[in-house]
Amino acid sequence: MSGIALRVAGRHGQFVAWTFAASASALFGLALVAGFLLLAAIGPSIVPYPADATGAMHLAQRLQPPSAAHWFGTDEMGDDIFTRVIVGTRTSLWIGLTITGIATLIGVPLGIAAGYLGGRVRGVIMRTTDVFLAVPALVLALAIVAALGPGILHGVLALSLVWWPGYVRLIEAKALTLRSEPYVEAARTMGAGHRWILLRHILPNCFSPLVVKASMDMGLAILGAASLGFIGLGAKPPAPEWGAMISVARSYMPDWWWYSFFPGLFIFLTVLGFNLFGDGLRDMLDPRSARG
Amino acid sequence: MIRYIARRLGLLGVMLGGLVLITFVVSNIAPSDPAALAAGPDATKDMVETIRHEYGLDRPLPLQFVRYVSDLLHGNLGRSIQTGDAVADDLARYFPATMELVLLSMAFSVLAGVPVGMLAAVWRNSLFDHAMRMLAVSGVALPAFWAALILQLVFGVWLGWLPTSGQLSVATSPPPAVTGMVIVDALLTGHFAVFAEAMRYAVLPAFVLALPSIAAIVRVNRAEMIEVLGSDYVTAARAHGVSPWRVIGWLALKNAMLPTLAMIGLRFGWTLGSTVLVETVFDWPGIGLYAVSSAIASDFKPVMGVTLIVGVTFMLANLVIDLAYGWLDPRTKSA
Amino acid sequence: MTGAPLLEIRDFRLSFDGYEGTAQVLNGIDLGIAEGEAVGIVGETGCGKSVLARSILRLNPSPPARFSGSIRFAGREVLTMDAAELHALRGAGIGMVFQDPATYLNPVFTIGSQLADVLRAHGLRGREKIRQCSLELLEAVQLADPALLPRYPHELSGGMRQRVLIAQALAGNPRLLIADEPTTALDVTIQGQVLALIAGLVSRLKLTLVLISHDLGVIGAICRRIVVMYAGAIVEDAPAEALFAEPRHPYTRGLLAAVPDLQRPDAMPRGIPGSIPSARLPPPGCRFHPRCPLAMPVCRRETPRLAGDACHAGTAHRTACHAVP
Repeated sequence: MSGIALRVAGRHGQFVAWTFAASASALFGLALVAGFLLLAAIGPSIVPYPADATGAMHLAQRLQPPSAAHWFGTDEMGDDIFTRVIVGTRTSLWIGLTITGIATLIGVPLGIAAGYLGGRVRGVIMRTTDVFLAVPALVLALAIVAALGPGILHGVLALSLVWWPGYVRLIEAKALTLRSEPYVEAARTMGAGHRWILLRHILPNCFSPLVVKASMDMGLAILGAASLGFIGLGAKPPAPEWGAMISVARSYMPDWWWYSFFPGLFIFLTVLGFNLFGDGLRDMLDPRSARG
Repeated sequence: MIRYIARRLGLLGVMLGGLVLITFVVSNIAPSDPAALAAGPDATKDMVETIRHEYGLDRPLPLQFVRYVSDLLHGNLGRSIQTGDAVADDLARYFPATMELVLLSMAFSVLAGVPVGMLAAVWRNSLFDHAMRMLAVSGVALPAFWAALILQLVFGVWLGWLPTSGQLSVATSPPPAVTGMVIVDALLTGHFAVFAEAMRYAVLPAFVLALPSIAAIVRVNRAEMIEVLGSDYVTAARAHGVSPWRVIGWLALKNAMLPTLAMIGLRFGWTLGSTVLVETVFDWPGIGLYAVSSAIASDFKPVMGVTLIVGVTFMLANLVIDLAYGWLDPRTKSA
Repeated sequence: MTGAPLLEIRDFRLSFDGYEGTAQVLNGIDLGIAEGEAVGIVGETGCGKSVLARSILRLNPSPPARFSGSIRFAGREVLTMDAAELHALRGAGIGMVFQDPATYLNPVFTIGSQLADVLRAHGLRGREKIRQCSLELLEAVQLADPALLPRYPHELSGGMRQRVLIAQALAGNPRLLIADEPTTALDVTIQGQVLALIAGLVSRLKLTLVLISHDLGVIGAICRRIVVMYAGAIVEDAPAEALFAEPRHPYTRGLLAAVPDLQRPDAMPRGIPGSIPSARLPPPGCRFHPRCPLAMPVCRRETPRLAGDACHAGTAHRTACHAVP
């Protein structure tokens, strides 16, 4: 890189780091997300009672309050809630990745097609997207799961189907503005084909809003799956999914309240972490958008 | 303005059509045999076939769709296996309770969220601002059902201040039905004791529903107010001697409300969706609880009915928001 | 020229704190304006003239701006005024006309309500009275059409909007009018009309005028006295004829040489080499010295002070330059 380019990049990097670091909340979000990923990766190997993750029965120890032996207490089967919550992190990770992944895979190409091609294609895609978005996410997911039958896989599929329209909207708006940018017009007049323009100009500029949305959606997707689990239509006990755990725990309120409290706390912290992290990313990548 | 409304109504029609199509498609992805389901577990093969023919389930899909639409237009949404009643009747019975909760919750959200966001922008980087921002960020991340359980525990059980389930106590008889919403009806018919009690029962679920929306509205309004407060016309108004609070609370706020209004619309939809969770926790007799109990029992028609009515409600709410947008922002009328 | 100046600025300094450091935007402004004067402040974009104008009304948000020095209006110190005194100052003591009518009018309120807001801020009550007054104001700016009151800013042309801005500035009956680049955002054909309007209003209402522009032509048309600013400081301050006849500061001479001469259409206008200095890392000593044809070693070390002598009619011709005795 030339000297000037290096200095510009260095200055930009400084600005970016200053922005991110200046935001204590973004760093906190990063810490939470890092913690989440760490637990998902090594959690199941370090938990105190691995057998409890899949529902071993220790009825003599059922429903005990938090103690030194069981940090979060025990559930109605006598399983260590701490173990189950930690193992549930891995479940939540793959749920979040799958939903966000499928939604992106469907939504981004459709969004680019709609924004870039315009005309009838755009009309059809956007109308369909609008209709999907007209039904609140959880209700539509509920309907799809009710049709397919309960279970975590159906829950993930249902949520993916509910999530992709959001990406279409985001990418379509971006592709639409990008299409009329002067440098795209210039490229066209120089004879660039569609594929070149898409790969070189459109896609890279869609990258940052996409990354921001995907980060925040990880948390929200996990929350969605937990909500379905809470209703009883997601993962089935004894799978250590946070929402399903709370669904069972509900019958043991209020006396054994810790059973509902801890899994929910983890859902909250996970969503919070991804939200803060996504916010920090957005401030970093596009400081002009609504800053704190 | 009339043309704007007409255009939006036309769009609404198209969307309704799309919604009907989607619900039809979803109904037909069910792996289980709808005729067998409708016939019930004890039916013989002949009974199942009779039912299949009666419901037109042996006809090709496009024809089934036509029949579906015609049924809808006649108000026939099928029959609930659980309650035994027509889904349309069930919905009519449960919908007002949900609307009551949703409207109360939206009122909380707007009345709390807009001023707090505005003040956080005015007192930017103060202790108040930092505290509100932390609360706002946490609020959006809060799982509705977890917050419901915790608040129910704290306020209902431990402190005993508020009731934990239902719309009214078992002993109280509901007021004469005008709108179907207990709080409104009690007020309209002068039964103030019932009104007070109904409010006590509604406060906790409505507040739980409102929490994430308050947070979201605070964030948007604060960001918008910060931007508007830095704009040229605000500087001009201050230079001309207009009093600071009039500049903030009226001249600036009206501009900031435009995107805030869009957020309010989004939150309305989210709140509608979250009723399935909150009504379950609080045993609130609304369509959310109806949908959940039906879904668990694999009773499919009610779930479709709820989906339709929730979709229609949200579309109408968005229409209202769009119209309010057109009224607030004179530039859209010419657009 | 008699008595104490209406507006007196002494050693006013202002800086902005930003993420890249502190920018020294104004460095010791000394300016006195008597009642009835029509003063023009001319300078390139970024010289600080608009910031100075806003500082007179304390419109710069105080963090991140930091200031020192003194600004006195009618004998009262503006920089320490409390809220009530500021309210009496803004609009009623000093009126301000802004540059771009597209952004300085609130897009979601009608013209009528925006005029009414200013009128009410200065004590007028009653719908009829306010309406009456609004129409009079519009008439004064040559927009005598009641149908304008319910209109929104985006429905008016640029020239009409600028007139509304002028009407707002006058609504409080100010003694001093500051016009910050009032014609810059307008088409050339409208510029002349608006300038003539301002000149007419100033003479009719016996206002003191401070006209800010980067265009010497605009300033020369109305102002009797011209102040030249460069990089946050005043470099020359003289009666208009003296400035045009005998510009003393090298920057002023450069500015005048850069204006195309209609009498000699073949002569190329000469630019000033270099560009304006960064406010965060200004050159030491005189800020103009890197571009100055007369630069001497002392210019790199010491900032020149504004000093001068009397020329015609007792008006001072001040210059801040080491090369000017």
